[in-house]
Parts: sequence; structure tokens; C-alpha cells
Amino acid sequence: MDFITNFPLFTIVLSLFSGALCFMLSGNAAKKYTLRFQGVMIVLCAAVLFYTIRTGTSFTYVMGEFPAPWGNEIRAGSLEAMTALFFMVIMICSVSGGYRFVDMDLDESKVNLYYALLNLMTAALMSLIWTNDIFTGYVFLEILTLTSCGILIVREIGRTTLAAMRYMILNLVGSGLFLLGVVLLYDFTGHLLMVPMRKAISLLWAAPANRPTLILSTGILTIGLAIKSGLFPFHFWMPDTYGYATPTSGSVLSSLVSKAYIFLLIKIYYRVIGPEIFAQMPIGRILMVLGICGMIFGSLQAMSTNNCNRMIAYSSAAQIGYIYMGIGIGSTAGYLAAVFHIFAHSVTKSMLFLTTPRLAEVSGDSLKFKEMTGSGMRDRDAGAFFLVGSFSMIGIPIFAGFSSKIFFGLAAVGSSNIKLILVMLALAVSSMLNAIYFIRTSIRIYSMPEGRDQGEVRAHHRIGYNLPMFVLTAINLFLGLFSWVAADLIEHGLMMFG
Amino acid sequence: MSGNFKEKFSMWMAGDLDPMEHVIDAAEVHDIPRQERKKSMRAAEMRVLKTSKAQKVITAERQGFYKVYTVVAIISCLMLIGVLLFTVANLPRYGEENPMAVEVTSRYIEEGLQETGAINIVSGMILDYRAFDTLGESHVLFTALLCVLILLRKDRKTTEMAANGLYAIGTDEYRDISKDMIMRIVGAFLLPSIFMYGIYILLNGQNSPGGGFSGGAVIGAGLIIFASAYGFDKVDRFFTPGVFKTVIFSSLAFYSFAKGYVFFTGANGLDNHIPKGTPGAILSGGMILPLDIAVGMVVACTMYGFYSLFKRGNVGSD
Repeated sequence: MDFITNFPLFTIVLSLFSGALCFMLSGNAAKKYTLRFQGVMIVLCAAVLFYTIRTGTSFTYVMGEFPAPWGNEIRAGSLEAMTALFFMVIMICSVSGGYRFVDMDLDESKVNLYYALLNLMTAALMSLIWTNDIFTGYVFLEILTLTSCGILIVREIGRTTLAAMRYMILNLVGSGLFLLGVVLLYDFTGHLLMVPMRKAISLLWAAPANRPTLILSTGILTIGLAIKSGLFPFHFWMPDTYGYATPTSGSVLSSLVSKAYIFLLIKIYYRVIGPEIFAQMPIGRILMVLGICGMIFGSLQAMSTNNCNRMIAYSSAAQIGYIYMGIGIGSTAGYLAAVFHIFAHSVTKSMLFLTTPRLAEVSGDSLKFKEMTGSGMRDRDAGAFFLVGSFSMIGIPIFAGFSSKIFFGLAAVGSSNIKLILVMLALAVSSMLNAIYFIRTSIRIYSMPEGRDQGEVRAHHRIGYNLPMFVLTAINLFLGLFSWVAADLIEHGLMMFG
Repeated sequence: MSGNFKEKFSMWMAGDLDPMEHVIDAAEVHDIPRQERKKSMRAAEMRVLKTSKAQKVITAERQGFYKVYTVVAIISCLMLIGVLLFTVANLPRYGEENPMAVEVTSRYIEEGLQETGAINIVSGMILDYRAFDTLGESHVLFTALLCVLILLRKDRKTTEMAANGLYAIGTDEYRDISKDMIMRIVGAFLLPSIFMYGIYILLNGQNSPGGGFSGGAVIGAGLIIFASAYGFDKVDRFFTPGVFKTVIFSSLAFYSFAKGYVFFTGANGLDNHIPKGTPGAILSGGMILPLDIAVGMVVACTMYGFYSLFKRGNVGSD
């Protein structure tokens, strides 16, 4: 057994330890430590990715002395490794791009607690990605829920406290439903590890009497995770949660936390239910319809708000809809498009959430469109990065958003006629709506304010200041220009995922 | 109409038009401009009055909505209840249709003692077979502690607000029951046995029902009774913020690395050199005892920490 196979374990244990360590450190030391530690994590995840690509198979790793059906287990394939690496890159960009605002928004005695929470969140994200056991999934889902409420309330203005309350209640409802689903499936199968569960489920699915109950259990579990990730009728917590959090939190919550829940859901469909059996359940079709509704209503709500961050948050609801639509198509191409969109949306959204506070900073700390007029000319770098993000959201070629729309289209072409028409219409309408509100914002930040001059121009010459943004732009362009590389990797990963 | 649309569109482009203006969202908090932040108690009262008045207007406007909301909530709860009852009623009979269902549980019951060295199967299960889940579970507690610290620990802002009478920080004087004679005398009798019992549950987790979580809870409850019977200053003599931090950090770090070591040796097929001991003795069950102690420390500190944070906004003395 190669030494690299231990790395997934190291990522989890080391981030749990870092959480406890940051609790002891001072705020500034915790920040420095966290950034360096995340660099180490990137190296570990990259090593696992290279290892799985080189060997061409996934490997399971027994957590303790007891093998598969008795003890816990984690499993790493190239899709998991790729997601873990990608999440860590977004995480380090969010932290390094937003720590200035963290220092401003937080009381200095609580900065170390913030980084402790971020490290615990990293551990939870890693565990959800690597786990091969459905109950481990639930335990770390709890940590993810608590840490995401924690990084929301640290700002301690009335609004974030209220948003955190709402977010926590909805999240707990989601966790509860997920737990109910897990309990019911455990009762059916007698197992908690994913591979034996799948065997038992395919055995039980053969008897038609069991089918309605299996479908309902899977449905309850799905609703739980859909609430947590913000699928259409459950997306009303999004604007308050993402819009008023400190920028690092907003970026991490929208681009990593909600995506981790979706990743877990895809994993359950692939490993516990099995894609063939899942295709026979009606859940996929419902998810697709809800996803399409989310794409349209999220965009409409984004158009009718006056606050830039709230607009971006509503647009997240629309993008989550895209991902669920991909899952709903049900074919491998659909899953590929969904996973690709997880990446494309994460890289774009984190960029937008990190640039808007800089634009607000030069507009009297206001995120209202009226005050933001001309802010792109006052902070040129931030304006340019905002443009990159908006173009990617709209789906302009060479950016990541364009490629993911192509993949959704391709997935639809391979499926039935009704799905094809629905998906194509939804893509067209949603892209148009996206374009309307993002172009409006771009015009706003580049028009001259009425009756006054453009205001003081801010110049940031240090490259380190914009470095996280350059990294995000580079990934965005890579996903847009060389989308086939990423798509090949994802397809290969999905093949060894099941 | 078209002129109207054009006008509206250009207003929307300029950010002047707020299409949500006429919709009052009850859940929206309206930020108070910084310069208007009130400094006196009277002003704070006025603000509360104003808000509640506005709330009343909103409630009146939204009464229809709330009626529908209640009905829909009740209907969806009933539907969920129906679905769950249907599912439970239709579950396959245990172990009949699916022979795989009893595979895991029978192994835990039959071979748990030999494999883990623990008479208490539950301890063997959560700290040995499925130790990874418990590793996460003990950090759930730590995460909750961090969140409560963020919310309740005194900082510069809350101290300033308290000086202006806008925020109440609990003090020892606030409903001080430590001057209560009954509390002190009963405490003197009860506390030694509570602590002894807690330590017993903690150390005997591998042999009888109990373990880290329950033992830690008993010890934490003992600390809380101690603090309320004799006052915080007595607890602060040995339980400073430094001790609090160090105990939690060292327990969690020990837990992570001990379990990491077991996972590492187990997965790589190495011998972990941890003796299982004779079942029934205090020193048995391999890693279960030290892990129980670590979990117990975290639970006890968390419980006392919560009490202290709610009571006076800090864990030790300032």
C-alpha cells in the first residue's frame, strides 16, 4: 500500500487538530497558521489526485482495525480528490481575499474563534467528500451546519444574527429529514457502509412491495439535503445569509457548503441507491422540475432587488437550480454537467462575493446600486474582476459558465424529447434573465455618477493584494477554455465513483 | 404604456426603482444609521416601542398571509406524518427478506468482547468499531462551544453597550443564590458524591453503561452546582480561562492524534502495540479508557463553560 493512500486521513485529522489549535492561538497567529495549513492541505489533495489518476482506480481506506461492514471506511477516487483539491483552492482564496474584512467586521478577541471554525469546516468538508459511510456523512453534516451558522453570526450585526437563526432552523429541519432518511434506509438494509447498503437495496428493490417505501425514504433524505443546499422552494434563506455575512463567510457558504451537500447527495445516488435504480424512481423528475423553477424564479427575484449582494445571493438560487436540473436528467452526461457546474459556479461565486465588498468600500460602505454607480472606476481592479465574474455567470464564451451550459445542453440532447425541450427552454430563459441583471450591474458600476465627479481613485499596486482574484480568474478561464480536460477528468471520476 | 415602461426601465437601471418597496418583509431588519444610534436607556425603549408599532402595522397587513401560512404549515406537517407512518408500517419484517440485515449487529454482539476488550458493547462500538463517527461527534460539541463563545463572551462592543445600559451582562450579584444557606449545606453533602460518581462513570465506561459523554455530563453538573452554591470566585481559583482552554485543547488534540494513530496502523496492517487488558479490569479495552477521559474532559468543560457564559459572559474571571 502506498503512503499516499494515508493522505485523506491526514487531511481530516489535521484539520480537526487545527481547529483546536486555533482556539489557543491569538487572532493574528490563527490567521497566519490557517493560511499555511491550507497550503499544506492543497499539497495533500493534489498528491491524492495524481495518485488516483496514475493508478486509474479508486482505493478504500479502513478507519481502524475493522474492515468494511463493521468499521468506518473512507474511499478516494479521482472525482473525490479533484473536488477536495478544488474546495481547498477556493477556501484559501476566500480566506486570503477576505481576511482584511474579517479584521474589520469582527471583534479582535474573536478572530481566532473564526479561524477555528473555518478549520473545523474544512474537516467537515473533507469528511463529506471522502466518506464511504452514510452515518459519518450525517455526523460531519452536523459539524458543517454548526460551523456555517458560526461563521455567519461572528459579524454580530442584528441582521446576521437574524439570518443565522433562520438559517439554523432551516438547516436543522434539513438535518432532521436527512437523519430520518438514513434511519429508514438503515432499517431496510442493516448496514451503514455504502457498498453493502447498495447490495441490500438492489436485493430489496426486486420485490415490488418494497418500492414505495424505498422511494419515500430516499425522498425524505433528498428533501433534507435540498433544504440545506437551497433548492427552489427552500431558497428564501439565501439572500440574508449570503448577503450580510463577512465576505469570506459569504464566499465559503455559497461556493463550498451548499456544494458539499449536493456532492453528498450525488454520492448517495451513485453508491447507496445505484444510478439504475435511481433512474426508476420519480425523484429525479421532481428534482428537475424544481431545479428549472429555481433557475427562473431565482433570477426574477435577483432582478427585483436593489442590493448588489442580495442580487448575487438570489442568483445562487438560480445556479443551484442548474445543478439539480443536471442531476434530474439522470444520465451520466447529466451528472457530468452537474459536477462541472458545481466547479464553475463555485469559482465564479466566490469571486463575486469577494469583489463586491471592495466596490462597496469605495462607495461609502453601501451595496445599493445607486451608491455603487461608478465604483468600478474608483477601484479598477475590483471592477475588472467583477466583470470577469459577471461574464462567467451570464455564460459568455471563454469563461466557465459558458462551458457548463454547453454540457447541460449536451446532456439534454442525449435524453428524452420532453426533457430536451424543457432543459433547452430553461437554459435559454435563464441565461437571458442572468444577462439582464448582470449587465445592468456592470453598466451601473461603470457609469459616471450624476452631478458629481467620479471620486477618488484607489490604486492597488501590490500583486499580493489581488493574487487570490488572479488565481480564481485563471481557474475560471481554464474551465472555460480547456473544459474538455476537466470534463474528461470528471467522467473518469464518475466511472470509478459508483 | 410603452413610455411608462421605458421610464421604469431606466429607473431600474439607475437603481432608483425598488420593485420590492411596497412589500414589507417582516423578517427584514432595517439598519439604523450609525449617527442615530441611541445612547440612553430611554431612547432604547423608544426604539423598541417604534419597532413594535411598526410590527403591529405589518402584522395587520399580513394577517391574511399568516392565516394561510398556518393552514399550509398544518397540512404539510400532517402530510409528513402520514408519509412517515406509511413508510414505517410498510417496512419489511426484520431480517426476513434481507438476510444481510443482521450481519453487522450479530458480529458486534458475538465477537465484540474479544475484538475490543470491552464488556460494554456500546462503548466498544462507538469508540472502537465506529470510532471515526465519535471523533466527529466530540468535535460537534467543541463547535457548539465556539459558537456560544462568539455569541456570549464579553467583548469591547458589549462592554460599551453595557456601560450605556443597552445590554445586560449577568454578574454574581444578579440573583445571587450563593448566599443561600440551604444551597451551601446540601452542596457540602452532595458535591463529593457527585464528583466521585462522575469519575466512576467516566473510568468504568468499558465495563458498565457510561463512558465519556455521560461521566463528563455528571462532572460538569457538579461544577455548576459548586459554582452556584459557593460563588464563581471559588471555582475561579482552579478553573481559570487558561486552564479551560488548555484542558479542551489537550483533550481534543490527544483524541485526534490517538485515533489518527489507530486508524493509520489499522489501515496499513501494522501492530498498534495497545494492550487490550483483561476484560472487566479498569485498565482494559485498549484505547477506550483514555479516549473516554478525553471526551469526559471536553463535555465537563463545555457544560460548565455554557453555564458561566450565560451567567456572566466569560469563562474565568476577567
